[in-house]
Amino acid sequence: MEKIKSLADLKKKREELQTSSQLLSQSESIQVRVAMATCSIASGAKQVLEVIVSECNKRSIPVSVTQTGCMGYCYAEPTVEVTKPGHEPVVFGYITPLKAEELVTKYFVGNEMLEGVIPVNYEKVEL
Amino acid sequence: MANNKKQIRIALRNCGFINPENIGDYIARSGYAALASVLGANNPQNSIDVIKKSGLRGRGGGGFPTGLKWEIASKNHADQKYVVCNADEGDPGAFMDRSILEGDPHSVLEAMAINGFCIGATKGLIYIRAEYPLAIERLLIAINQAEEISVLGNNIMNTGFDFNIELRYGAGAFVCGEETALIHSMEGGRGEPTFKPPFPAQEGYLKKPTNVNNVETFANIPAIILKGWEWFSSIGTEKSKGTKVFALAGKVNNVGLIEVPMGITLREVIYEIGNGIVNDKNFKAVQTGGPSGGCLTEKFLDTPIDYDNLIAAGSMMGSGGMIVMDEDDCMVSVAKFYLDFTVEESCGKCAPCRIGNKRLFELLEKITEGKGTMEDLDHLKNLSKVTKDTALCGLGQTSPNPVLSTIDNFWNEYLAHVVDKKCPAGQCKALKCYIIDTEQCIGCTVCARACPVGAIKGEKKTPHEISQEICIKCGACMEKCKFNAISIK
Ligand SMILES: Cc1cc2nc3c(=O)[nH]c(=O)nc-3n(C[C@H](O)[C@H](O)[C@H](O)COP(=O)(O)O)c2cc1C
Ligand code: SF4
Ligand code: SF4
Repeated sequence: MEKIKSLADLKKKREELQTSSQLLSQSESIQVRVAMATCSIASGAKQVLEVIVSECNKRSIPVSVTQTGCMGYCYAEPTVEVTKPGHEPVVFGYITPLKAEELVTKYFVGNEMLEGVIPVNYEKVEL
Repeated sequence: MANNKKQIRIALRNCGFINPENIGDYIARSGYAALASVLGANNPQNSIDVIKKSGLRGRGGGGFPTGLKWEIASKNHADQKYVVCNADEGDPGAFMDRSILEGDPHSVLEAMAINGFCIGATKGLIYIRAEYPLAIERLLIAINQAEEISVLGNNIMNTGFDFNIELRYGAGAFVCGEETALIHSMEGGRGEPTFKPPFPAQEGYLKKPTNVNNVETFANIPAIILKGWEWFSSIGTEKSKGTKVFALAGKVNNVGLIEVPMGITLREVIYEIGNGIVNDKNFKAVQTGGPSGGCLTEKFLDTPIDYDNLIAAGSMMGSGGMIVMDEDDCMVSVAKFYLDFTVEESCGKCAPCRIGNKRLFELLEKITEGKGTMEDLDHLKNLSKVTKDTALCGLGQTSPNPVLSTIDNFWNEYLAHVVDKKCPAGQCKALKCYIIDTEQCIGCTVCARACPVGAIKGEKKTPHEISQEICIKCGACMEKCKFNAISIK
C-alpha cells in the first residue's frame, strides 16, 4: 500500500478499500473466514484452512479464504464463517479437517446445511 | 439455544472479522480515522474531555477513570513522556487481551497514538508476555504495516506528529502486571512494585510521566472518538459505562470470549450467553477478579454487573476472568487454588505478602486435609485482614480476597471440613470416604483385586468391606464395580 499523505488521503483510501471489498462480496466467489487465534490454532484451525483451500482448488470453486482472530466461540473451535454469494454469513463450529471437506462438498457445492451452525449472538458496533 | 444478542462488541468490533495481518481490512472498517480526526482537530484537551465524558474506566482491574488519567499525564510537563500498553495479562484463565491483540492489533496501536497526541508523548511501549508469540507476531506485523503507510512512525499522515511504538517482553510474572513493577521490568530492573505515589503519570518509565492503560481500555478509544462520548455513555450503568470483555470459563456449556454491556446480570451471562451449567447441575458460584477477586453466589444472580456492584458484593470486576462453579466444586479448594497461585507469584519484597500468603495457604491445606480446627478458622480471618492492610502492592492487598469471600459466602462449607471432617462437594481427597453398600454388593471380588493397597476384604459372594485405615482414596474400586455398590460419603 502507498503512504497516506494526508488526513483526506486516509478517507480516500478507506473508500477505495470499501469499494473493492464490496465488489468481492458481489462476485461469484465464496468468502471464508477461519478463526486463527492461539486457541483456534491449538484446536486445529490451520489444518482446516488448508483443507478448505485444497478442496476448493481441486474442484475449481471460486473462493477467498482469509484468517481472522477469535470469534469468541471457544466451546466450538475450530470455527469457520462462510458467506456464499447472495447468502447471509453462516458460522460453523466444531470443524475438524474431515468436516472441512464435508463443508466444501455439501455446503459450498450442494447448499446442504451441516450440523454445528452457531447463531450469531452479538451486535457488532460499526464505526 | 437462547441467544438473543445480549452481547455488544465494541472492543471486539473487528475481532474475528478482519484479517489482523492486513492493515487494509482495518482501514476499510474506519481504522485510523479516529487518529486522523484527533490530529485534524488538533485540540488535545478537547479529545481528553471526550474520553472523560464517555465515562470509560480502566479495564485492567482497577477501574480508574481513563480520561482523568490522561489529563493528569498531559498536565505533567517533561521533555519526554511515554504511553505504555499493559499486555501482561497474568490472571489464570484470562485471555481477553491476547484475543484483542491477535484479532485486532491496530485498534490498540491507533489508540496509543491518540493517547500520545493527547498527553504529548511521542513514544509508546507495549509490555507483553513472551508466552504470547502469536500476539507478538501480529503486533510486529501491524506496527510494520502502519509505519509503511505512515499512519504510525514519524510525521504521521504529514501532520508533523511523531509516534513510535516498540515492544517490551515480560517473562510471565503476574506481579509485573502491576504498573510500577511493569515499569521497573521495562527499565531492565527487577519486576518489583514500588510505593505509589509517585504514580506513573507523575514519574514513570525512566522517571518520565507515563500513561499506563490496559489493552482493552485502549481498544475502546477509537470507537469513542468516532461515535462520540454520548453514544458510549448511553451503554452501561450510571458509574460503569460501555462494555466489558469476559473470558467465560468453568462449568458452563458455552465457554468463550464474550463482550457484554455493563449492567447485564450474571443470570443472563450464565444461562443465556453461556447456555447454562454443564450437565444441568446446580449453579454454585462465579469467581470474578481472579486471584484478587471473590465469589458471587446465587443471591447475586440478578445483580447488574458493574465495578461498584461487584465490590459491594465482595468481589471485583478484575480484568475479566469469569469462572462458573457448580455443586461439585469445593469452595475451600477454590480459595486454596488462588492462594497457591499468589504464593508462587508474590515477588517477596514485603513480609505480609511473602509470609502471610504462605501461612494462609498452609492453613487452607490443613483444612482440606481434615486437620483444621476452629482456631485455624479464626487465624485465617485475622491473617487475611492483616495481610490486606499491610502489603505493599495490589497483589498482597487483594490476595486474601478469595479466602474472605468464600468464608463469607460458604461458612458452612468451612465448618463441614473442620467440624464434621467432610467435604460436601466430595472434592477433598483426604476427606473422601469410599463405602460399599452391602445391599448392592454381590461379592464379585472385582474391587478387591483392583485395590492397589489391599484395603478391601470379603468372601466371595458375600458383601465386601473397605478398611478406612488402609484406603488411599484412589477410587480404583469405584471405577471397577459393575453394580454401583461403591459410593463416596
Ligand atoms: C498484582 C497486579 C497485577 C496486575 N496485572 C495487570 C494485568 O495483567 N494487566 C493490566 O492491564 N493491568 C494489571 N494490573 C493493573 C495495573 O496496575 C494498572 O492499574 C492498569 O494496567 C492500568 O490500566 P487501566 O487503567 O487501563 O486498567 C495489575 C495490578 C496488580 C496489583
Ligand atoms: S504485596 Fe506481594 S507482590 Fe506486592 S510488593 Fe509485597 S511481596 Fe511483592
Ligand atoms: S466390585 Fe462391587 S459388587 Fe463386586 S465385590 Fe466390590 S463392591 Fe461388591
